[in-house]
Amino acid sequence: MNAAVVSANYGFAEAERSAVEERTLTYIAAISEALREEMARDPNVLIMGEDVADPFGGAFKVTKGLSDEFGTRRVLNMPMAELGFIGAATGMALMGLRPVVEMQFADFISAGFDSIVQFAATNYYRWQGAVPWVIRAPSDGGLRSGPFHSQNPEAWFVHAPGLKVVAPATPADAKGLLIAAIRDNNPVIYFESKPLYRSLKGYVPPGEHVTPIGVAQTMRQGDDVTIITYGAQVHQALEAAQTLAVEGIECEVLDLRTLKPLDEEAILAAATKTGKVLIVHSANRLAGVGAEVAALIAERAFEWLDAPIARLGGLDVPIPFSPPLEDAYRPNAAKIARMARELARF
Amino acid sequence: MLSNEQRIELYYWMQLTRAFDDLMVATWRGGRGLGGVFSQRGHEAISIGSGYALAPEDVVAPMHRDLGCYLLRGMAPVRIFANMLGRANGVSRGRDVNLHGAGDLGLNLVGFISHLPHSLPVAVGVAMSFTYRREARVALTYVGDGSSSAGLFHESLNLASVQKAPFVLIIENNQYAYSTPLSQQMNIADIAVRAASYGIPGVVVDGNDVEAVYAATKTAVERARAGDGPSLIECKTMRMLGHAIHDGAEYVPRELLAEWEKRDPIVTYAARLVAEGVADQDELNEIAHRCAVEVADALAEAERSPFPDAATVTEGVYAP
Repeated sequence: MNAAVVSANYGFAEAERSAVEERTLTYIAAISEALREEMARDPNVLIMGEDVADPFGGAFKVTKGLSDEFGTRRVLNMPMAELGFIGAATGMALMGLRPVVEMQFADFISAGFDSIVQFAATNYYRWQGAVPWVIRAPSDGGLRSGPFHSQNPEAWFVHAPGLKVVAPATPADAKGLLIAAIRDNNPVIYFESKPLYRSLKGYVPPGEHVTPIGVAQTMRQGDDVTIITYGAQVHQALEAAQTLAVEGIECEVLDLRTLKPLDEEAILAAATKTGKVLIVHSANRLAGVGAEVAALIAERAFEWLDAPIARLGGLDVPIPFSPPLEDAYRPNAAKIARMARELARF
Repeated sequence: MLSNEQRIELYYWMQLTRAFDDLMVATWRGGRGLGGVFSQRGHEAISIGSGYALAPEDVVAPMHRDLGCYLLRGMAPVRIFANMLGRANGVSRGRDVNLHGAGDLGLNLVGFISHLPHSLPVAVGVAMSFTYRREARVALTYVGDGSSSAGLFHESLNLASVQKAPFVLIIENNQYAYSTPLSQQMNIADIAVRAASYGIPGVVVDGNDVEAVYAATKTAVERARAGDGPSLIECKTMRMLGHAIHDGAEYVPRELLAEWEKRDPIVTYAARLVAEGVADQDELNEIAHRCAVEVADALAEAERSPFPDAATVTEGVYAP
């Protein structure tokens, strides 16, 4: 991850840039700021999870200082029982509270899968009991953390009716999408990208900053190849686009930001702009979110395509630990550039 | 101490539950039903006795075998029959089957999902919300003996105990998890002993004695409301029909059923009310008749009710 490449101002207008310097936050600080501001704003917002209270403040320190500031009534350490406390969060949400549940790692969300996809996700459709919780899931790899601390399980949840799924790529969206998720009256899975936590800094608007759920963002304009991606791979795609620009290949880079519901119009607009589409995500490619994006483009923009839709994702193997193996598993800027170059020449 | 009026009310609610259940079973066996249904026969004293010990502001998460609890909390019989028949005016607007998804927060009822005991942690969370908001309310839920084998049973009770949640768990030990008898589910005589591992009270009561269930629940509810944490109540009973309407329960020894038939919670309670001079048999017969008419009217209205419009199938997936 080359932070210098990705710490641009992400499309914020020049007029806003005077405030940029003092409002540059790391991705992880932006998440913490969203939590703190929403807890201050709404007494119904609380935090639950393993080891989230002070003095420890969470495995990644996202919640550090919050129980000191708001008390342990609002920052609840949970026993090591994800299924149980996700269910409890659903009960609290049914009563109108807005729990933000921290999974220590996204990998462990499978322990709570039943309660998420069966109970929380179906509830409103079945009997109109709203479940306004957020589950924060620290995901993604590249950190040499092995099969159980590197996963990207978003596709499981995109497939479950009744959930919303978001995956911010920038500090601004880390804050804005978390605020939107907390205020949403539905269960939202918020996939935060571990490799971006401290490597990525960027401008974050002060105060109330909401990134609407369901709206993608164009991160770079280009006429030759469209790269559609999300999460940490947005920055790999931008790095690849910069490499290709030197060669005269201009890439359009679309950050999906929300994986469910997909911003179909933005996807189709980006695809039809160049007619050559590469879809990238860290999660394994097979039946991943990219498959749905590819199907959408094939169904609704086939006549605009000048090349087969290309997809780049993780391999269909458990995520390996050893650096040569993990690097072989995982998409990166060089692989993206290679595939985009081939598409440009098609 | 229950007044005579309250004791007659308990009888009425159990009788209404039985009348609904009998009509439901007859209707489904007669081929006029839709999907599966679960009879509560034999469990009436549990859902009525426990539900009666709650205040209206308390929240209950009943399961599929707790018909009486839905009725007691004010869910109109027609809404329940309409739900069972997939009609637009059913509790779930045709979205969910039988007593699944029959939640209504206006009645402080949380809807059920098939995955037992998934209502258990949800009810614990409801109770935690009362602690969070410093409200003197209680959450109560039901599971069967089968659910007590799930890991989530442990996760939930441990969490409730650690959080000192104002929560009551009723275990309806009806001897069988579908076709599997207790002897193949656990190596203990009383599930209630497991309460000790959470440092909470656990009691065993006769699940066919409505006043015993009421008294035990009232004690637990008062304890919870006072801020002293959760309790577990194991109600021993017998599932008198199959797991669901399709199941003849041939695997249950007939002698065992005959033995429990003598302990029918409604018949024995009627005899007790008469013996203790609370009501005479004519009065009780009149209540039974009134209940039969009430549920027959409800079924007729539900059967006349329209199905949901197919065009609404995608409506209401997300809360606005």
